[in-house]
Amino acid sequence: MSTNVIAIEGFPGTGRLWTETLHEWVTTVDHKKLGMMYILYALVFLVIAGIEAMIIRIQLMHSHNNFVSPQVFNRMFTMHGTTMIFFVAMPILFGFANYLIPLMIGARDMAFPRLNAFSFWLTALGGFLLYFSFLGGSGLYGAGNAPDVGWWAYAPLTAKAFSPGHSSDYWTIALLVSGFGSIGTAINIIATVLCMRCPGMHLGRMPLFVWLNLVMSGMILIAVTPLSAAQIMLLVDRYLGGHFFDTQAGGSATLWMHFFWIFGHPEVYVLILPTFAFISEIVPVFSRKPIFGYPVMVGATVFIGFVSMSVWAHHMFTIGMNSYANSFFTITSMAVGIPTGIKIFNWLGTMWGGRIRFQTPMLFCVGFLFQFLIAGLTGIMLACSPFDWQLSSSYFVVAHFHYVIVGGILFALFAAFYYWYPKMTGRMLSERLGKWHFWLFVIGFHVTFDVMHIPGILGMPRRIYTYEPGRGWDTLNLIVTIGAVIQAAAILVFVWNLVSSYWKGRLAGNDPWDAWTLEWSVVSPPPAYNFATVPAVASRRPLWDLKHPEDPDSRYE
Amino acid sequence: MSALVIPLPETTRPWTLPDRGKVAMAALIIAESAIFTIFVVAYLFYMGKSLSGPAPRDVLETPVFYTVCLLSSSITIHLAGMFLERGKRETFLSLWALTFVLGGLFLFGTGQEWHRLIYDKGFTISTNLFGTTYYSLIGLHAFHLSAGLVMLLTVLLFGMAGRVGRGQSNRVAVLSLYWHFVDAVWVVVFTVVYVLGR
Repeated sequence: MSTNVIAIEGFPGTGRLWTETLHEWVTTVDHKKLGMMYILYALVFLVIAGIEAMIIRIQLMHSHNNFVSPQVFNRMFTMHGTTMIFFVAMPILFGFANYLIPLMIGARDMAFPRLNAFSFWLTALGGFLLYFSFLGGSGLYGAGNAPDVGWWAYAPLTAKAFSPGHSSDYWTIALLVSGFGSIGTAINIIATVLCMRCPGMHLGRMPLFVWLNLVMSGMILIAVTPLSAAQIMLLVDRYLGGHFFDTQAGGSATLWMHFFWIFGHPEVYVLILPTFAFISEIVPVFSRKPIFGYPVMVGATVFIGFVSMSVWAHHMFTIGMNSYANSFFTITSMAVGIPTGIKIFNWLGTMWGGRIRFQTPMLFCVGFLFQFLIAGLTGIMLACSPFDWQLSSSYFVVAHFHYVIVGGILFALFAAFYYWYPKMTGRMLSERLGKWHFWLFVIGFHVTFDVMHIPGILGMPRRIYTYEPGRGWDTLNLIVTIGAVIQAAAILVFVWNLVSSYWKGRLAGNDPWDAWTLEWSVVSPPPAYNFATVPAVASRRPLWDLKHPEDPDSRYE
Repeated sequence: MSALVIPLPETTRPWTLPDRGKVAMAALIIAESAIFTIFVVAYLFYMGKSLSGPAPRDVLETPVFYTVCLLSSSITIHLAGMFLERGKRETFLSLWALTFVLGGLFLFGTGQEWHRLIYDKGFTISTNLFGTTYYSLIGLHAFHLSAGLVMLLTVLLFGMAGRVGRGQSNRVAVLSLYWHFVDAVWVVVFTVVYVLGR
């Protein structure tokens, strides 16, 4: 232990003013502090967007409900979607990437620490701008407005005539600003991974977590930028009288759809790849086996990165493309199933024959595997264009993508929280509360989203604020809402676990899970400089080599 | 646990990694290319779809002289970087200043064209689809060019203060990557707006 910690003269310990602590966090360029700020920021927005989801569910609980007005309902689903994607999922994944990548590759910080801080504050500003629209959306003469054009903001809804005031502008600028933040972070991650690895850490020895985040960053470069470009065009239309999406002057509403989904679909993979990264780290450790098929996993990831750039128009089957375009996008969308299937089988292969420890992180991983598979299967159903014509814009689609985002991404995120919380805080999360959290959330999730497929098949459209009685939707919607309440309860358990374990949790030590990647070689929480001596590695599992000098991995790789 | 140092089988080989400045600039260029691609696609998609005049051939004049200026600035900045690497600071500085002047001339040319279009022809961004796509594509390029000029000027001022030497040649090389990108984009924009578009 002693050689791992350097005493820094004049570094203030306890007994500081809270303003000093605040100043330290606001001005920090440390990747670990920024990572935790990303995560905390995202958790706050998770609660806000969760409340918006609850408002939507309460309104749809039974037919002819008057809980909120149609206008408020529109704002709620717009803000829920926008917040969850841009200000919960993206920042929380960036937070983990920021925190873990330098530690995993044996670096002392990201390649550009100040760019890192700048990107975080851009993202933060974006979120504040979006929510300021509740106050400032109608200008000076009133509160009570917010973006209400859906998270995809289809033209011509966003035209001045149909979206007066400034709520759509807040939406545009918030996404533009946070998009620049995302691009900054992506550049930073790429430069860090390619240029900051410790001696011996070849590309083929990097943890899969690092590989997947590298591919994710590459995708951000070409997927988020089209949205930025489209937002600039929208601003030109709204402020300078341009005609990009103005059908009255020959502009095209379809072009916006293309531009939005050229961003929108790769975005899903930008979100799912880091969660694959979590699973690829956690499953081996809790199965007590190295990952099965490392090179194939890397190859499949790169393949997903490429294919996902050519599937966007499967969101647009109903606009009336010709049969060649329909076939093309059907085939490419289904092709995504191949590398994804490879991954699922590799994780199963890792678990196969292992001595599996069913602690909370592993429980969430198993939930992820099962649910992500089902989400993928409904995805293949919807990728088939004739099937999509039938069910597009119905609750079947809503159930499908929430299965991916909640059942996949959120479950993997919870696994990551239980797995890396000890490293970030030095304390273990409570296993007992963790089990409560897991089982409540699994039950709530399945009650909500399994059932939600059925009203979709029965024809219930998305984005309606209420519906007629007697269509057979009432009971189903009530069940969905009850499931949402159970999920909310599980989230409360989780938040309570995060807070109470920070003070009362069991001390974690360096390596509570007996894991193999470099972040577990330093104290928890790691010191500002990460590594007292820059490590050198000889295999994919440097800590295994250290713990088993008689049988190191480097002998076989 | 002691510090993590595992004896390496290949310690004899030196551990070299790519330069982070160049990698980051390459990543930025990829991202910027995607933004320009979307604007170029919009331009091509809306070509000839304006519901009212004027059409490109009525108002546009091909800026041959200024294009030559911009493209030759790529050569001068490359030579400037070469001389800096060899430690010839005087030559570097004059070539760098020439690059800045050439880039400035191009920006002046764009300004002149816009002035003519707006004040003489009454053709603005809200006139028709052509105006919308033309001003945003050219404007996006001019914006990137202006950002480049600001950075060129910064290096120029530091250079005149004697602060740019061989030690900075790596950073100067990163900046010239950006400048080459702005030039390359102009080739695309020129082809689309002045060749295909007319």
